[in-house]
Amino acid sequence: MIALPSSLRKVGVLAINRRNAQYVLKHNPRRLYPLVDDKLKTKQLALSHGIAAPELYGVIEVEGQVKGIAGMLEGLDDFVVKPARGSGGNGILVAAEKIGATYRGPDGAIISLEDIAYHIFNILSGLYSLGGQRDKAMIEYRVKFDPVFSAIAYQGVPDVRIIVFHGIPVMSMSRLPTRMSRGKANLHQGAIGVGIDMASGTTLHGVWRNDIVHTHPDTGQELAGVTIPEWQRLLEIASACYEITGLGYFGADIVLDAEKGPLILELNARPGLNIQIANAAGLLPRLQLVEQLDAKPLSIKERTAFARTHFGLKAT
Amino acid sequence: MKTSQIWFIAIGLVVVGLGLFAYKVYFLGFPVRPNTSVQVWNIEARVTFDARNEPVKVSLLVPTGSSRFAITGESFISTGYGLLVSTEERNRRATWSIRKASGKQNLYYQATVRAVRTVVSPPDDEPPAVVDPGFRGPALEAAKALLSEVKARSADAVTMVSALLRKLNEQPPSPHVKVLIGEQAKAEKKMEIAVRVLALDGIVARSVHGIKLQEERFEFSKNIPLLHWIEIYQKKKWIAFNPVSGRPSVPSDWLGWWRGKQNPVEVEGGDRVRVRVAVSPRLEEALLAAMGTNSLTKPLIMRFSLFSLPVSTQNVYRVLLMIPVGAFLLALARNVIGINTFGTFMPVLIGLSFRDTGLGTGIILFTIVVALGLTVRFWLERLKLLLVPRLTAILTVVVLLMGVLSVITNDLGLHRGLSVALFPMVILTMTIERMSIVWEERGPREALSAGLGSLVTAVGAYIVMNIKLLDHLVFVFPELLLVVLGLTMLLGRYSGYRLMDLIRFRNLAQG
Repeated sequence: MIALPSSLRKVGVLAINRRNAQYVLKHNPRRLYPLVDDKLKTKQLALSHGIAAPELYGVIEVEGQVKGIAGMLEGLDDFVVKPARGSGGNGILVAAEKIGATYRGPDGAIISLEDIAYHIFNILSGLYSLGGQRDKAMIEYRVKFDPVFSAIAYQGVPDVRIIVFHGIPVMSMSRLPTRMSRGKANLHQGAIGVGIDMASGTTLHGVWRNDIVHTHPDTGQELAGVTIPEWQRLLEIASACYEITGLGYFGADIVLDAEKGPLILELNARPGLNIQIANAAGLLPRLQLVEQLDAKPLSIKERTAFARTHFGLKAT
Repeated sequence: MKTSQIWFIAIGLVVVGLGLFAYKVYFLGFPVRPNTSVQVWNIEARVTFDARNEPVKVSLLVPTGSSRFAITGESFISTGYGLLVSTEERNRRATWSIRKASGKQNLYYQATVRAVRTVVSPPDDEPPAVVDPGFRGPALEAAKALLSEVKARSADAVTMVSALLRKLNEQPPSPHVKVLIGEQAKAEKKMEIAVRVLALDGIVARSVHGIKLQEERFEFSKNIPLLHWIEIYQKKKWIAFNPVSGRPSVPSDWLGWWRGKQNPVEVEGGDRVRVRVAVSPRLEEALLAAMGTNSLTKPLIMRFSLFSLPVSTQNVYRVLLMIPVGAFLLALARNVIGINTFGTFMPVLIGLSFRDTGLGTGIILFTIVVALGLTVRFWLERLKLLLVPRLTAILTVVVLLMGVLSVITNDLGLHRGLSVALFPMVILTMTIERMSIVWEERGPREALSAGLGSLVTAVGAYIVMNIKLLDHLVFVFPELLLVVLGLTMLLGRYSGYRLMDLIRFRNLAQG
């Protein structure tokens, strides 16, 4: 039930203390945090650099703007309302289709314009933001996830988390919502993390809580062997976020849209560590390999190529 | 900052903290354990005489503090007499005077003597001059012969004094000694001769007259229990010599009363003078003794002591100084063990409040208030209140809950429940708020585990902060907090696995 420190060291497991002291504190200057804490800023930054992100339909910053919501939503059949500073996937309202003057959620519930206005008021008052600070509400494109995940996802939107160090993708996993996580792709809330082979983009086994799983608990489908389409594009998007944010160590959350391909959702300056269990590999050897490089690969192509040759299943 | 710099600073802090601590223990005599007592001596000299109905002047030599003893709490008791205390050549003289007195008179001198360990002895003024040996005729010849004899057998002044003292103590005395002090000389006479013989060689010496600190009463006039030894002045220091063995040290319980060939008491205008001296041991709290001693020497460090504060403020600091110790424990629990807690310092403050309520009552109170508060919070959740009004509502509920609990426990005759004055309502409110958020976002399992973790850490902090020895140590030696600070810095750079990581990543373990 308990591992010896030496046996974890052998695998190169990165734990909280070391992640904070030697990677987060060392490579992520505090002043850059607002760029990733505010999803609106991240999105604007990404779009301005030509990195694909879900299209932004509108932003509501003060209560007075809520009155004009109907105009903002005109012509939209489906959309997502989310807080700019929300955490853990909370406070996201999804309108999947339009029925007359009202909308219908993915679970079939009717959503009126008043419901949407009330939800926005809550977002603005800071109900979902960390520390209860005032927040902004974003109305954006609803991602229709790629059918590749339909067998192994239960509700919600599965995404791909890629850890990037010095611009080099080092480890990745796909986060699959479960009934327990109530459609959210957050491991803390019960979503499954499935490791991905960096070389091929094929899924390995999964981690649920702190345990290794091989099938999805809700659908019963085998987790391994799913190849993520456009894997190279995903790696390039994650890698490109290094230049636009300046963060040395972060996790990029990317969704695969059926129509628009990979879109960047958000960045995380303190990515979780359970990704190591999903990949059955420690992060340390990979991070140290990058740290020891005398000449760091410069272009995005070089960096993703480095990742695919060194961090693939066969290499490690 | 580099790891080596952190180590440098941390070790520096630990060394400074421990250094100050050691200095205060070894040189200022502060006790390491609480309620330690040390022996101090009360000495009392009582001068009695019959006044002749004319002006009276009484002078009494009183002890002077030395590097071995501190004289504190002196009082001179005399009705109607004027008092003057003067210092003359390392002796202090108390002079009482009155225009007219008749009948039996009693004058008292009282003081407390404490053994001290100081490196700095009270400063000597001018180096004292060599006394006139004052030998004439055959005595001079004998003294010179004796001097050359002991000089031949010694290497330096110290060994020469030792040799001289042994020679004077020889039985039967050698012919030269016999000329100088006769067949059966008293110690006082021997010391006086020794001083004069040494003066022939240009060595500054003086006789010391004192008492042994043990429980007894005696009269100076009878002279019996008085001790006599000599001191020589070498390298700006007075070195005392044992009068019998001649070794350059005297027993630690010998208190020098006066020095040189003087009368300890002189009375003008009175007859039948008697001086009675009483010595009695007394146990005193070591802390008070150290304070008393240091109030005399006034080391710089004591000027910045917490003891200079008013007592009520001191009591506040007794509590405050324990908080870093509890916080350090918390840092260990979180960063080395990996216990999940709500809020950074919440467990420390809860642990602190357990000091007022008692552990059992505290845990029950905490559990009840948090459980009921959470229930109310879940209900408030449905009302969709904004953050600050919501927190205010919870705080109000918490205060009301505490009130109700106090009334109920009082009705049941359990008075412990009433002592909630310091129970941190705001902290409890924040705990409830955070717990409900974690409950919502991460599920009841994590909320309950963090709640339990907080409680366990709070109990740990309470236990540590309630250790009497620690409480005493940080209050008397606040510099020990520098040690805590140094260790905290090292802990801040601990990047190894937490105990909980070993469980979390057990599935990754290999070999």
